[in-house]
Amino acid sequence: MEALASLIQGFGVLADPMNIVYMFVGITLGVLIGVLPGLGGANGVAILLPLTFSMSPTSAIIMLSCIYWGALFGGAITSVLFNIPGEPWSVATTFDGHPMAQKGRAGEALTAAFTSSFFGAFVAVVLITFLAPLIARFALRFGPAEFFAVQMLTFCSFIGMGSESPFKVLCAMMFGFALAAVGIDTVTGELRMTFGSIELLRGFDFLIAVIGLFGIGEILLTMEEGLAFRGKSAKISATVVWNTWKQLPRYWITAIRGSIVGCWMGITPGGATPASFMSYGLAKRFSRDGQKFGTGEMEGVVAPETAAHAAGTSALLPMLTLGIPGSPTAAVLLGGLLIWGLQPGPLLFVEQKEFVWGLIASMYIGNVAGLIVVLTTVPLFASILRIPFSIIAPIIIVICAVGAYTVHNAFFDIVMMMVFGVLGYVFKKLSYPLAPLVLALVLGDMAESSFRQAMLVSQGDLAIFWSNPLVGGIISLALLMLFWPVIALFLRKRQARRVESTEAIPAK
Amino acid sequence: MEHETQSSEPVVTNRTMEIVAALFFATVAVIVMADSLRVGAGWASDGPRAGYFPFYVGLVMLVSSLSTLGIAVFRRAGDKSTFVERDQFALVLKVFVPSIVFVAAVGFIGIYVAATLFIAFFMHWVGRYPARTILPVAVLVPMALFVAFEIWFLVPLPKGPLEAMLGY
Repeated sequence: MEALASLIQGFGVLADPMNIVYMFVGITLGVLIGVLPGLGGANGVAILLPLTFSMSPTSAIIMLSCIYWGALFGGAITSVLFNIPGEPWSVATTFDGHPMAQKGRAGEALTAAFTSSFFGAFVAVVLITFLAPLIARFALRFGPAEFFAVQMLTFCSFIGMGSESPFKVLCAMMFGFALAAVGIDTVTGELRMTFGSIELLRGFDFLIAVIGLFGIGEILLTMEEGLAFRGKSAKISATVVWNTWKQLPRYWITAIRGSIVGCWMGITPGGATPASFMSYGLAKRFSRDGQKFGTGEMEGVVAPETAAHAAGTSALLPMLTLGIPGSPTAAVLLGGLLIWGLQPGPLLFVEQKEFVWGLIASMYIGNVAGLIVVLTTVPLFASILRIPFSIIAPIIIVICAVGAYTVHNAFFDIVMMMVFGVLGYVFKKLSYPLAPLVLALVLGDMAESSFRQAMLVSQGDLAIFWSNPLVGGIISLALLMLFWPVIALFLRKRQARRVESTEAIPAK
Repeated sequence: MEHETQSSEPVVTNRTMEIVAALFFATVAVIVMADSLRVGAGWASDGPRAGYFPFYVGLVMLVSSLSTLGIAVFRRAGDKSTFVERDQFALVLKVFVPSIVFVAAVGFIGIYVAATLFIAFFMHWVGRYPARTILPVAVLVPMALFVAFEIWFLVPLPKGPLEAMLGY
């Protein structure tokens, strides 16, 4: 198999001992980021991105993606021990993870969570290994119209699959596009929306937005809840791990179901958070012990963790092959690739073979390394969590400011970060979704230029989007997603008057 | 997450904030559209002009923000639920105002000194820690940053008079 041969080459890239060092550094930093409030995967990677500019792109992406794996693992620690989800996607893990910890089975819960995370990620990486080259080869035939169609599908999926008000999703998304448009127009060189300001000439960097929205915004929210950490302590010994591993094979159906849900939600930009909830819901419905969910069932930990990790990992598939990230963190990684001069998309698999396969190989090793790191260091990270918030909060704000400054060495960016922080706080409370905003900010220029190129080809005729079955199919699907809330409303009205809105999450 | 703290008076209701946010988006949308019209939102001889795409972005934003506004204003029941209570808001300000001062100070005295003062002040004011807990944290964290950025990664951060005195 061609993919296998390339993969073995990729492992060759990893033979460089420095890359292995970066991998462990990345995992450890990632778990730390995942554990601390206010520092999530997306803005953790954003803050550390400037530090990697001096590394080779391969080492840098290995370290950054390992931070991401670490953050995915880390979220589970806070959920189980403290009933505080460190990351949005670990909310569902608290349902059964924390009750297990209260019963004194914290070690088992954590082992189950880490192992199922690992399983979910592994399934997703295998999927990437074999699917990515095929998609990339297929996408080589894409023209601007096709690219715009895929981008449109990405954005419309947020509307069709999100649980927020579609108007709010649209608002947040368009806000992202508008911010992306600020600065010099890449096609005509004209200045847009700078209003004579030199600071605005640079445009809005999405890294600043990510650090502000997710970092500062999260700190404000955490502060409001008057958070006091009162956690369970955990000791993981080899016997606990072994005993848990002996129990886990019983939940193989749940794990596989979770992985499938996760992979699907990660590739289409549903994201890890809805994937974890969906997987938990499915497991609860189909499990023999469904009624006992919420009281500390191991299966209730396995389900959301496999899905969250599978989604988090498979979000990199569309990022690498099409240049369209499936999650905010993938968007930040994409931004990193652009900064290093690598254009994500189908050509990456042709021109930067070594880089791509090095990255994919690092996903395998990184997840194994992650599993080892988290299983051995849980007590350490749990003790970090006991540091009071009044010490952690100012340190995190300082780190965010440093991260924002280093992007462009601009003081103005720190100010912008605070503005985005306030926006993030208000948007979160009014449930304006942040993911489409960030994705629109990252993809704005790309989406615009593919749209304009398509329009140039067709001389302004929108019919180009139905000029062949491929682009027509994608665009039609996108429109279906866009109008899904309206369609769903009609369907629901016809069926019954009062249906739980939570059950209306489209099965698509 | 439900919190069983004694609920204090609401500062502002969700309905008001919904309206404020919608008006904010509508304003941004109008600015975007106006500026797109300025640079030209139509077609030139060489294709779509610079304002072509942003104009429609602004238009969609305007329509959707007005819809959100309409829902918030005209909904019969009216969402009277609380956006933020006074106690909560005080806590948020407690972290937000010092942060603003910190950011402003970075411009004058550099990030390291500002960070030291900020961490020390916050720990003293919010955490009420004794000086022997505050000092190590407030000094060591900026020192660690200094070593990591200025020496290890060679990424310069904003510096002020103190660093200049020390020769950096």
